[in-house]
Amino acid sequence: MKTIKVGLGTCGVSAGGEKTYEAIKNEIEKQNIQVILKETGCNGMCYREPLMEVIDEQNNSVVYGEVTPERAKRIMTEHVLNNKPIQEWIVQGSEPTQDNSFFEKQHRIVLRNCGIIDPNSIDEYIAAGGYQAIQKVLKEYTPEDVIDIITKSGLRGRGGGGFLTGLKWKFCRQAEGNQKYIICNADEGDPGAFMDRSTLESDPHSVLEGMMICAYAIGAQDGYIYCRAEYPKAVQRLKDSIRVALSRGFLGKNIFGSDFNFSIKIKEGAGAFVCGEETALIASIEGKRGMPRFRPPFPANKGLWGKPTNINNVETFANVAWIIMNGPEAFASMGTENSKGTKVFALAGKVARGGLAEVPMGITINEIVYDIGGGIKDNKKFKAVQMGGPSGGCIPASMGDLQIDYQQINKTGAIMGSGGLVVMDETTCMVEMAKFFLTFTQEESCGKCTFCRIGTKRMLEILERITDGHGKEGDIELLRDLADKIKNNTICGLGQTAPNPVLTTLKYFPEEYEAHIRDKKCPAHSCSALITYSIKADSCKGCTLCAKACPTGAITGDKKKAHEIDPAICVKCGKCFEVCKFGAVIKN
Amino acid sequence: MLQTEQIKIDQSKQGFSGFKIELWKYQGEMGALIPLLQSAQETYGYIPESAIEYISEIVGIPSADIYGVITFYSQFRLKPMGKNIIKVCDGTACHVNASTAIIKTIESELQISNNETTEDGLFTLQKVACLGCCSLSPVIMINDETYGRLTPKKVQQLLNEYRENAAKE
Repeated sequence: MKTIKVGLGTCGVSAGGEKTYEAIKNEIEKQNIQVILKETGCNGMCYREPLMEVIDEQNNSVVYGEVTPERAKRIMTEHVLNNKPIQEWIVQGSEPTQDNSFFEKQHRIVLRNCGIIDPNSIDEYIAAGGYQAIQKVLKEYTPEDVIDIITKSGLRGRGGGGFLTGLKWKFCRQAEGNQKYIICNADEGDPGAFMDRSTLESDPHSVLEGMMICAYAIGAQDGYIYCRAEYPKAVQRLKDSIRVALSRGFLGKNIFGSDFNFSIKIKEGAGAFVCGEETALIASIEGKRGMPRFRPPFPANKGLWGKPTNINNVETFANVAWIIMNGPEAFASMGTENSKGTKVFALAGKVARGGLAEVPMGITINEIVYDIGGGIKDNKKFKAVQMGGPSGGCIPASMGDLQIDYQQINKTGAIMGSGGLVVMDETTCMVEMAKFFLTFTQEESCGKCTFCRIGTKRMLEILERITDGHGKEGDIELLRDLADKIKNNTICGLGQTAPNPVLTTLKYFPEEYEAHIRDKKCPAHSCSALITYSIKADSCKGCTLCAKACPTGAITGDKKKAHEIDPAICVKCGKCFEVCKFGAVIKN
Repeated sequence: MLQTEQIKIDQSKQGFSGFKIELWKYQGEMGALIPLLQSAQETYGYIPESAIEYISEIVGIPSADIYGVITFYSQFRLKPMGKNIIKVCDGTACHVNASTAIIKTIESELQISNNETTEDGLFTLQKVACLGCCSLSPVIMINDETYGRLTPKKVQQLLNEYRENAAKE
């Protein structure tokens, strides 16, 4: 019997995956087809969603991309019933496709089951080797052995800090006290990062198993998952998975016949970026305003409810079971000297193939953007990548050969962060980008430290006047001065890194700032105050395409006569510029 | 400082209509304030003043401190919301892919700005940081439905669909 899988992660659903699933279900009933229909998570090819996989009786797999309900019907009839695969829609199969290069340089540890197993089924996770690592740990290793293995693997915290995971566990193990907690940080707040959402939706048990191993190593009996409320699907998956794991005795008391007890609770975040910071996250779980506090004491000694607490993020935990099963050497054999293993990157922005890619550390930016991402959309010019979200920075295309590891990225002024990689092309204005990130950090500042609360506001005002065409001589120096003071006079990661987007764009794209300030021009033609759209009357054929495309009705004119743009109504979206076939729309 | 460690739910004070059923879940649970507020918001669509007073009574935290927690988190709302909540993503990926045009289209189509509700109570507009669907940018969420790869035209169509459905009801 054939098996059909449909990708129904949030990305698949928002691309229309549920309608595809329904269409397949209807077709099965209507034609009485004998197949197994399953739901799965995201395999990373978000740019091809909705995805539909057909596995035949000989276990040959074919993945179809952009499967609309209409396409699904044809696939059901031609491929599933009559064994004639529809070649033109195949994105992955026995024959090479243009999409194969998306996977060639990937090495999947965290994403090992994503898009393959049914995330609702604990049995599929077990069949894929799941819950073996925790049994092995309980039978063969002491807590110290586990910490030793994780330390040897060189795994570093994937949430952004990059602290050695084994060492962190050791501190918490050594902390005094009988009651200890572990927390999984699933408050994926960086705009541009979505690997944690995808992992939780596509393979929730791998995170639970990682937490169990950590709890055993540290000596904790209670765990929390602090998950963003904006991820309703992930929260639901986790709740279901915990319930099933409990009913099987994988969580609870005397797990797998040992004397190890462990339970997990879910806490939904309430929307505050700063809660990604450890001490703020703890405050939030305790029901308070999520404000960071001074460290030391570190959470390893004094964390949740004042007890020793270990916090790791989703991706870190998802690595743990693999390391136990495959050995620390296998993990450490990948990557660079100080950054071992793989990292999941969320590829988005102006890249042709957006999605999730897990690659060994040490891969270059160009390899990710061109080989995996398929280059820049619409044949535009690659300008920069933004790494590390609002705490990170923009790395220019000229540094595309840079090997990605914690140290190399830090040297550029950006940070690895959680692995969001937003690609920018020639139409992205770097000053506007810096303003965008500062708007974010300024809104998300908790207000505790003066320099973060007021300094980011002042920096934002300066950036606003620059992009509005009112920049003044001395603004760049003022930005640098404020940035320096904010970095050095704040207590948590949010404040200390908030100026990074400004500093890196100032470092690599100073000429753009100068053009805005001195010439009142935006070289990328992006800052709306500094550009205007108009129609060149002698080039306009009156085809009305622009008027139809205009979302606000700013363009008027009779058919076959020159059109005009009313600057008072124009929102400068650029749609007219895109659709005009005669080059009559001018951007200045 | 809030003494959250001492929060214990007093079952005898049940009586506030609506979310009393939820209370047993938090019996003896530490740090229950945020889940309680979330539950109140789920019941009413926002957190009414009476709910703050009620929660204050059962958890023993002054209303002023609860208000402090509510205003800290962007999820909580103190005003009633429209029937449909539109969350427009302005995360990095959506931003580079022209989410500004999407926001402007919705604003001009509905004649409201960020965090406002239309007069007919049909829509509330919220700009949010990131919905985590970056590869489908630009993205919006209407209630729990996510829509990706949008253009201003598609947004107009979408809003019309919601209006038509509302008219039918």
